[in-house]
Parts: sequence; C-alpha cells; structure tokens
Amino acid sequence: MSGRTLRQRLLGANTLWIALVLLVLIAVFGAIRPDAVLTTFTLQTTLVETSVLLVLSVGMTFVIITSGIDLSVGSVLVFSGVTSAMTMNALNGGNATAAGWGTVLVGLVTALVSGAAWGLLNGLLVARTGIPPLIVTLGSFGAALGAGQLLSNGSNVSGVPDVLGNGLGTGTWFGVPNLVLLAAVVTAIGALVLSTTRFGRHTYAIGSNEEAARRVGIGVRRHLVAVYLLAGALAGLAGFMALAYFRVASVTGHDTDNLNAIAGVVLGGTSLFGGAGSVVGTVLGVFIPAVLRKGFVIVGVNVYWQPIAVAVVLVAAVWFDQSRRRARNQR
Amino acid sequence: MVEPLLDARDLVKRYGGVEALRGASFTAHAGEVVSLIGDNGAGKSTLVKCLSGAEQPDGGTIVFDGRPVALPGPAAARELGIETVYQDLAVAPDLDPAANLFLGRELLKPGLLGRLGVLDKKEMRRRATGSFEELGVSLQDVDVPIGALSGGQRQSVAVARSVVWAGRLVFMDEPTAALGVVQRQRVLDVVKRVRDRGLAVVLISHNMPEVLAVSDRVEVLRLGRRVARFTAADTTVEELVGAMTGALSQEDA
Repeated sequence: MSGRTLRQRLLGANTLWIALVLLVLIAVFGAIRPDAVLTTFTLQTTLVETSVLLVLSVGMTFVIITSGIDLSVGSVLVFSGVTSAMTMNALNGGNATAAGWGTVLVGLVTALVSGAAWGLLNGLLVARTGIPPLIVTLGSFGAALGAGQLLSNGSNVSGVPDVLGNGLGTGTWFGVPNLVLLAAVVTAIGALVLSTTRFGRHTYAIGSNEEAARRVGIGVRRHLVAVYLLAGALAGLAGFMALAYFRVASVTGHDTDNLNAIAGVVLGGTSLFGGAGSVVGTVLGVFIPAVLRKGFVIVGVNVYWQPIAVAVVLVAAVWFDQSRRRARNQR
Repeated sequence: MVEPLLDARDLVKRYGGVEALRGASFTAHAGEVVSLIGDNGAGKSTLVKCLSGAEQPDGGTIVFDGRPVALPGPAAARELGIETVYQDLAVAPDLDPAANLFLGRELLKPGLLGRLGVLDKKEMRRRATGSFEELGVSLQDVDVPIGALSGGQRQSVAVARSVVWAGRLVFMDEPTAALGVVQRQRVLDVVKRVRDRGLAVVLISHNMPEVLAVSDRVEVLRLGRRVARFTAADTTVEELVGAMTGALSQEDA
C-alpha cells in the first residue's frame, strides 16, 4: 500500500491545471502590455471586483459538491442588500448616511439573516420535498428578487452609512482593500471547513453517494439544509459587501451572478455531478473570467469576446470532468 | 449444541395483503458462515431487512445472544454489533478507502480542533491501513478515490467497512453479484477471514457453487418459510436446488 508520489498527485489534481491556465492567461496579457497589466492598480481593481462573486462562489461550491445547485444567490444578494439598507435607514429616520457602527452592525446582521432565511427555505424544500434543487432555487431566484423589489418599490435603496462605505467599501489595510480581506477570510474558512472537517467530509459523501451516506447514518436531510443555509447566508454577506462598495442597494445588475458563480465553481474543477471539488479550485475558477475581462480591456480586444472565451473554457472543463469520470467508472 | 448468536423464530411480515414471511426461522452461530438461499420471492431480503432493523416484523421473536431483542431501526442493530453489506456497493466513489471505512464514524482530532469538527485524517488512514491488511484487502493506493479501484477492491472495502464495525454479525446481500471471477474470490477470502475472527457471517447468494465453497451451513427459504438446513460439507448443489424448488423438504426445519 504505497502512497503516490507528490508528482503523481499533483498531475492528477484538477487544481494544478486550472492554476496553470490562470498563470498562462496572466503571462500572455502581461507579455502584451507589461506596463498596464502587472500593476498594483490593476491587481487591486481585479480583486475588488471579484471579491463579492468569490463569496457567493464559496457557498456555491458546497452546494454543487452535494450535487445540488443554487440559482437563487444573485437574487438573495439583492434581497439582503435591500433589507439591510432599509433597516439601517429606518433606524436613522430614513437616511443612514451619517449613522455609526452600531447601525452598520444591525445592517450586517439583517443581511446575514435575510440570506440565511432564503437558504433555509431552499434547504428545507430540497431536503424534504424531493423537488430538484434546480427547480427549488429557480423558484427562489424569482421570488427573492421579486420580494426585494416589492420592499424597495422597484428602485435602488440609497442612504448607506458613510462609515460603511469608507470602511469596508473602499478602505484598505496596508494597501489591501478591506473588501478583499473579508472575501479572503471567508474563502479561507470555507476551504478549511470543506477540506478538514467532518462537515466537509459529509458534504462530499452526500454528493458522491447520497444513499450510502444515509445508510451509514449521516443525517442527509439536516446536512443539506445546513449547506443551502450556508450558501444563503454567504449570499447575504455578499449583498452587504456590494452595499458597502457601491453605497447603494441595487435591485438590478445581479441577474447573472448565479451563473457567474456556477461557472467559477465548475471552472475550478468542482464536479456538477457532486462528490468532488475544492474551494481553492473555485478561487482560481472565479479569477479566470475576471482576468479574461480585465485583460481584454487592457489589451484592447473587444470585451464581448470575454463571455465567448469563458464559455469555451467552461464547456471544455465539464467535458474533461465527464470523460474522466466515464473512464473511471468503466473499471 | 452451542447456543446460537442469532435465533429468529416464526417471523411474519406482511406487505398489504402479501405475506412475504410466513413464520420464517433463521439461526446463525458465532464463527460460522451461514448462507441464506432461496428462489426469487422466497423472502430472503425481507428476512434480512427484519434482522438488520430496516423493517419491522409483524410477528415472531428475535433472540440475540440469548436475549429477546427488538430492532426498531438500523441503529439499534448496529449497537448490537450487526452490520449489513449491500449488493449495490454502498460506498462513496469519490472518497478514498480510509474515508469510506470511517464514513459516518469519523475520528476527530483531540482537543479544541476536534471540538470544531476537524478530522484526524492521519489516524483514520493508519487504522484503515491496519484493518485492510488484517482482512487481506490489498490496495495499491490508500489515497485514491474508491471509484478508481476495481469492482472487487471496491466491494472488499465495503465488506471491510461492515466487518470492522460489526462486533458480532455481518449480513452480506449478494456481495459478489457484480464481480468477475478473480474479484469474487478476493471477496470470498475476506468473508472467510471475517469468520475466522469469530464473527457470524450471513451470506445471501444465488451462486450455488459459491455457497458450498464458502459456507459452513446453509439454510433454505421457500415461500416465506425455512424449509431445509444443511451442513455445507455434506450436501450438493442438487440437494440445495431441490430444497429451493420444493422437490425436497425436511420435517424439522
């Protein structure tokens, strides 16, 4: 029973290949425009623009590893942003711009609870009714957005506290944007939970073979509820982050967040069939579209090529995963 | 004779108007492989479900280790040291053998990390390697997904998992059904090793030569009732088939 060598293990890992793709992309853009690509400013803006999506994608990674899907994250983000901003305004006579950290804290909790509530609803429906996750979350995708727009009367909610905008939104810590720091912390915790804890192990087991997990006594339903709840709460947090960054709770512009998160997760080597994947891969997968977009802008390629390039990489990634599984299951 | 480890008497199980078990009895001793055979619909699977807690019998008694027991669920059976290996490979193909062995019974690190739910992967791998060696399950790699192993190795891991956790008795529902010749032999070797450790092994199989090769005793079910009992060394495939089809029956079964 010899272990495999480090080299074999690395070559077998999807993550390595994705990291290579990302490095090649950066190298190519860097070679074409070294003056514009490899700068602190480019790095900072790319990171900031990606951090909200990254937080969504961490939750999505857990969901997809259970062989589920969550289409509702973008709408839950909107809903949570709206409830959070409206709560903060209500506490300050209709405009929270001058409010202090106490208000911000209430806003954060409101966003988290709003997100978690939608996650709980998703989880209960998926785990208890047997309705496919695709349909359950397609429902909450529409419902959460509708609910957010009802609450805000269909318009954006402004009045975000300045301390929140200046602190979390655009503030930095030793040159690193606070938004990026928060996303990094969330990602690190997510990666550790998934790869080192019993919760993570059970997440893989349920996605790999739900019946086997049930037979060994894992509380499958309970675990599924917890995973969707986690994805919802992270969508709530992402809503709060977007609120801080844009200083407004926007009810538009998040229609494709769900698909971007799914694309990042899948590009990162997480299998749509469940049972395999990693948060580290998701980080790389989320940055591939981001780097493509940024690179195309800098290099001067028409930016409409970006979704096409992402689509090609995405389909290739899933094709690769599928043929790998087929080869394995034929044994 | 030694007192049996498991003694089920006159079990009755009805599904609506259908009587799957009509007073079925079954006996298993520690340190023996006993095969449970019967034609399709004879009630083998129902009997095993009743004895492993997956179903509740409508009548009859189950005596385990000399005491009458009730098995309201699989957890209750597990507490008594009864495990079941299912024919359809109830493993998680994306997890490695050690993770599968400890699935649902993960070891946590000591101290604060353990309280946070952090797994002790090293210890699990160490113990798993030991258990696989002890049971003669040979794996080239302990850290590849189990789906990348051959069918025989996969089933050996499934068998090993039940055996490691079963203190007393293991039900194996057609553990070799999906396997090739070499792989089948490997699983049967594991079955014998388990018996030699003093556990009772109940094997359900349709393969008569296999039944005779690996069992110490054979019990035959027909139409929801035990119709014959044989010592494997003193019987033939013809006798077993005769008992299954009703051509042959024993008065005292």
